[in-house]
Amino acid sequence: MAYRRYAFIAVVVGVLVLVVALVGASQVPPLTIVASMAATTLAVATPLTLGALSGVFCERSGVVNLGIEGMMLAAAFSGWFGSIYASSILGFPPLPSLLLGVVIAVATGAALGLLLAALAVTFSVDQILAGTVINLLAVGLTGFFNRQLFFGPGSAFGGQVPHAPGVLPRLGVPLLADIPVVGPVFEQQPIAVAAVALVALTHLVLFRTRWGLRARAVGEHPRAAATVGIDVARVRYVNVVIGGAIAGLGGAYFTLESVPSFEPMMTNGRGFISLAAMIFGDWTPFGSWAAALVFGAAQAFQINLQLFRDQIPPSWSFLQQSSVVGLVPYLLTLLLLTGVIGKTTSPAADGLPYEREGRR
Amino acid sequence: MREKLIRRFEPLLLPALSVFTAMVLGGVLIAVAGGNPLEAYAGMLEGALGSPRAVSETLVWATPYILAGLSVSLALKGGLFNIGAEGQLALGALSAAWAGHWLPQLVGGGLPAALHVPVTLLFGALAGGLWAAVPGWIKARAGGHEVISTIMLNYVALNAVSFLLNGPMKDPEASNVLSRTPLIDESAWVPALVDGYRLHWGFPLALLAAALVGWALRRTTFGFEIRTAGQSPDAARYAGVRVSRTVIATMALSGAFAGLAGAIEVSALHHRHELGFSQGYGFDAIAIALLGKAHPGGTVLAALLFSVMRSGATRMQYLTQVPIDVISVIQALVLLFVAADALVRRIYRVRGSSERLVLTRGWGG
Repeated sequence: MAYRRYAFIAVVVGVLVLVVALVGASQVPPLTIVASMAATTLAVATPLTLGALSGVFCERSGVVNLGIEGMMLAAAFSGWFGSIYASSILGFPPLPSLLLGVVIAVATGAALGLLLAALAVTFSVDQILAGTVINLLAVGLTGFFNRQLFFGPGSAFGGQVPHAPGVLPRLGVPLLADIPVVGPVFEQQPIAVAAVALVALTHLVLFRTRWGLRARAVGEHPRAAATVGIDVARVRYVNVVIGGAIAGLGGAYFTLESVPSFEPMMTNGRGFISLAAMIFGDWTPFGSWAAALVFGAAQAFQINLQLFRDQIPPSWSFLQQSSVVGLVPYLLTLLLLTGVIGKTTSPAADGLPYEREGRR
Repeated sequence: MREKLIRRFEPLLLPALSVFTAMVLGGVLIAVAGGNPLEAYAGMLEGALGSPRAVSETLVWATPYILAGLSVSLALKGGLFNIGAEGQLALGALSAAWAGHWLPQLVGGGLPAALHVPVTLLFGALAGGLWAAVPGWIKARAGGHEVISTIMLNYVALNAVSFLLNGPMKDPEASNVLSRTPLIDESAWVPALVDGYRLHWGFPLALLAAALVGWALRRTTFGFEIRTAGQSPDAARYAGVRVSRTVIATMALSGAFAGLAGAIEVSALHHRHELGFSQGYGFDAIAIALLGKAHPGGTVLAALLFSVMRSGATRMQYLTQVPIDVISVIQALVLLFVAADALVRRIYRVRGSSERLVLTRGWGG
């Protein structure tokens, strides 16, 4: 089944790249366009990759994380605020301010992960509901603090949003970045690079370490795991907090790496799409990454097509409307859910609260 | 005696304690923001209930809240978590706008109000229902979880609506930045309930809908099928309920209420579909349904409470300079405490045995 899904991924990405290359071919060499598509895809897939990894960590230990969207949104705001505070009030230079922002974003994600773990593990709250609570809380709190901290009475900023210290700089992979034409693919910003590294790291932790084995055991059969002396609650707490921290890093992408500003609801469903990517990727880090790249490619398609807007024939001009091509990731997800692209299997105990005295 | 009283009023006690706790925490937030919590809440009440006009506005808010809350509640009764009310509501509104403006042109000439109003509302309900049937079908056929599919369909709906409002259905007289349909025909307007106030006939209609849902759930075969399929699909199957069909029908009916909420907003208030007219009704509806324990009467009470908060928020902000978003925080906290009733029980030392709200059993469905 997995092959069918990866073949599907390859076809989708191939078609998207081909269309952009065809449209832009008369202006720019096709290879340059393909390289530019690849570079954009890698970059815009970053929050999706991190969100999906967050989901993998949580769900492999048996906790559904529907709160990724809220974790990202809250982290995007807190990281942004932290970096602005550091640069304009504390007088830090841009780079340290941004890095501090990243740290704050990750901490915010971890804190919300702790809340999710407390609700799901300690209070046995329905996990879908717990995630929804986190999402609504994040929308409310970011809206509140966004207004209060900048415009409220006694705000340190005196009623106007100060300039952000920019975005994280690009890093070139030595040698690879110097290759002509395809070089840009290897010039990425730090969170994008970290996301790729975390894919490999998550794979190693989950499938090559004692901790990973235990976490997976807890996600598949908590009672059996408890019988051999594994502390189910502790494993779930740790994994969900790690998952929250990774989602927080994904949130940092929005305000510290992509654009130097915050807007209410700016995560725009990316957290939910990353859950779909995780399901698509069969709860594996590399599979999730591949799926995140498809959704990223759909977005990169739209961005790159904008560059050649003059050459699009008038009858196809609706492709320029962000509301049209913006549908692609959502429609792909729905197609996935209908089972057309192959069924997936979740960890057996995913979403089920574990009760020591219970029957399971 | 105390134990007995608590048991009698438990269905009300825990939500009330949840709301109270959320208000206290919200009060802390208000204080941190430099406002006086009591003053803020008093301002909220004054803004929501202080004058006939304020009450009218509060009930205007309550109308979509009740209908969208019923939508989520009905799905919950059937064991389905419909997060897609926002999208269903938007499509219902769009479809009503179409029926209000373009349908008469299509059939040639105007329609009498006695026909045009119900047709417009019906179109809204139908659009919401069909849209919600899709995740029902996905769930019944492939087991794809409705939470993910309804969220995805929200984004599809909102993008599609935005495309249509900027293109084919755009008001030709609107400027570039305005995304809205033309005004609907006057024959499609739901009339005001009291002259000179915005309160309209949609409000009693919403109350009627709640009564109808309550009756149907308890007294009809279909209601029985929804409830058994929700509590235990296996038992329902054993009892001869065709569960797949019930799942699709429940979702469709749920979506129809959300669509109707959107249609009434268009037909009774705005008289056109404007981008962003829904102030997150569909999302608030989730909290409302859960606070009302998915019970139609409880949903109406929760909807009234939420509309008091929303309707009084502007006055509160005006009087105390506390950002209006504090209301969203309080509503999220209400949901938090309703969800984690074990936490509320621990705080207030209330023992009890009300059944836990079970929405899902993992992704497998």
